[in-house]
Amino acid sequence: MTMQGKNSAAPAHIETDVLVIGAGGAGMYAALEAARAGAAVVLADRSLIGRGGATVMAQMTVAAALSEETPDHWEHHLADTLASGRGLCDERLAALLCEDGPHRLREMEGWKVGWAREDGHIKQAQAPGHDRPRCAYIDFLSTGPAVSRTLRAQLINASGIRRIGELMIVDIAVRDGEACGATALHLPTGEAITLAAKAVVIATGGLTGLYRRNSASANMGGDGYALALRAGAELIDMELVQFFPIGHLAPRLVGMDPIMWDPFRYKLGGKLLNAEMREFEQDYATQDTRSDGRYVLTRDLATYAITREVEAGRGSPAGGAYLSFQHVPEAEIRNAFGPVVDRLAANGIDLSKRPVEVAPIAHYHMGGVRVDETLRTAVPGLYACGEAVGGAGGANRLSGNAITEALVFGARAGRNAARHALQNSLLWSAPAAHSALDLLRGARRRDAPNPAAMVRDLKALMADDVGPFRNEQRLQSALRAIARLKTEIGEVPSSSATAFDPALVDWLDLRNMLLVAQSVAVPALARTESRGAHQREDHPGLDEAWRVNQIVALARGNELKLSRAVPSSGRAAA
Amino acid sequence: MKAMLAIQRGVPGEPPRTESFEVTFETGQSVLDGLRALRCEADPSLAFRFSCINANACKECMMLIDGKVDYACTVRLKEGVMALAPLPKKGLIRDLVTEIAPPDERLWPRP
Repeated sequence: MTMQGKNSAAPAHIETDVLVIGAGGAGMYAALEAARAGAAVVLADRSLIGRGGATVMAQMTVAAALSEETPDHWEHHLADTLASGRGLCDERLAALLCEDGPHRLREMEGWKVGWAREDGHIKQAQAPGHDRPRCAYIDFLSTGPAVSRTLRAQLINASGIRRIGELMIVDIAVRDGEACGATALHLPTGEAITLAAKAVVIATGGLTGLYRRNSASANMGGDGYALALRAGAELIDMELVQFFPIGHLAPRLVGMDPIMWDPFRYKLGGKLLNAEMREFEQDYATQDTRSDGRYVLTRDLATYAITREVEAGRGSPAGGAYLSFQHVPEAEIRNAFGPVVDRLAANGIDLSKRPVEVAPIAHYHMGGVRVDETLRTAVPGLYACGEAVGGAGGANRLSGNAITEALVFGARAGRNAARHALQNSLLWSAPAAHSALDLLRGARRRDAPNPAAMVRDLKALMADDVGPFRNEQRLQSALRAIARLKTEIGEVPSSSATAFDPALVDWLDLRNMLLVAQSVAVPALARTESRGAHQREDHPGLDEAWRVNQIVALARGNELKLSRAVPSSGRAAA
Repeated sequence: MKAMLAIQRGVPGEPPRTESFEVTFETGQSVLDGLRALRCEADPSLAFRFSCINANACKECMMLIDGKVDYACTVRLKEGVMALAPLPKKGLIRDLVTEIAPPDERLWPRP
């Protein structure tokens, strides 16, 4: 690894074997495995290391066939995953997730992550869509923070990994069709940096930050998808955005993640009520044979149920449903959630006395970068892992599979990227960074539209027109609005300062977000059926002819190109 | 309801200045909600750190709020003046942003 002086005219330059972009669960695991395989690693994140991303926010569960609670086999987990995916899963990736999941959870256990235990075994809860208790967790609502902390401790103790926070990757550098590094903006100084790498791993998470109400970190605007597209890779299933049905809506809750009500339902069996204070999930359960009327509505169906109730005028005052635990004795609530009860009280919430209001919230992206079973993209040297990858969840990801996916795909991508790196030499050449460097150097103060307000407007239009319920007219309107915003931001970045410039970051984010928003809306418009997380009001019902994945790529002239492929089947070679 | 956020701004090497912004809010909204609204409505160059927005998981939005070290995502907006300043014992980068990254996770150590 080398570095040149920061004051020279040429940008500072770093060389490494493997560059991992994003330090959430997937990125940290990728860095660990790449280093274990003998590669020198740079782990870069635009946020502080281990603080951004989705993993640290996850308060829920991790699914794996551990056979701790009850006998299980990964093939049962796979069957549930494929059924939930409604015909669109990449079976190779789903199988990899289910087969490798137990190994990763055991490894994490060895690293003292602290899975909740009972009677000498790891406790596993039963989440909707699973045929048996399969979901490990860490009390109280601490699964994600504990997973993050554990991986970070391993990183700090590992050799060969350089962690660099506050580094925003602007573009992946490509030479002769192969990934050779990246160009980045160093946020604290505003300087451009180039990184040469023999392999690059995209671990930037999903795109739920494109939506007004979401459970994402600020850095989840889908930048990895834009990086992948511009590098020449393909995206798959981009129209499939998962909404978490019971995201917290009211009263305003601070200091807690809005998706925290699921564990309350697992443990205490909260009731979902409409404005008439009547339970309504049963009304929608018969539509799917896998839902047997208990709390087992998968996320797509529950989102559908709540939205339909609101549309029928039976919503709660803030526009969602009531979630009530009033039937549960206070002592039982305290026993199950301990200190969390006090955090709720500080927000004026007493579950034994009053219901809260919940509504669907953008939560996870089933779509993402298209990879093969080695987690490699169509671009040699470019890998992806975690939520950034598309295909494992099909049209509806099963609860508990996201962290498993982060750990499993992270480890695989890291190992395979290291293997590629150790067999190849650096391909870097300075011209590979020219266009990104020119973009950054062109940034200037100007009377541009407020980029923060444009990000807000984009989120609003995505929520209103490209949300869980779609129709042709609204999708067309969204595409027109996206095109208009693209024209407004122009080709030249706006900036307001040198160090830590939020205006420049917003502009660079918009450049990515608008491309990614278009990558969601275009296949959403094309898919004239309703399946899983993609519900078309003008095309209700599943159409067997649409059991195909849609692929998005960037053609010459920066136009999006849409194609179709039959879902991959068969098992991954381990 | 309206709050007046008196925000200490500037970069190292220049005298800090205080700029005041009025922000409209609803009961329960956080200081971070107010800062994010200001960037959309008043000044997109206003610099502050945040990542998780609401969960108090990332701990990036720590700043001085009415003289006390606290998280912008958990302190609620209130009517009247609220004074916001960067953390006093950390190196200033800009406005409310200070150097809180662990030294071995920086691109290069800065003085």
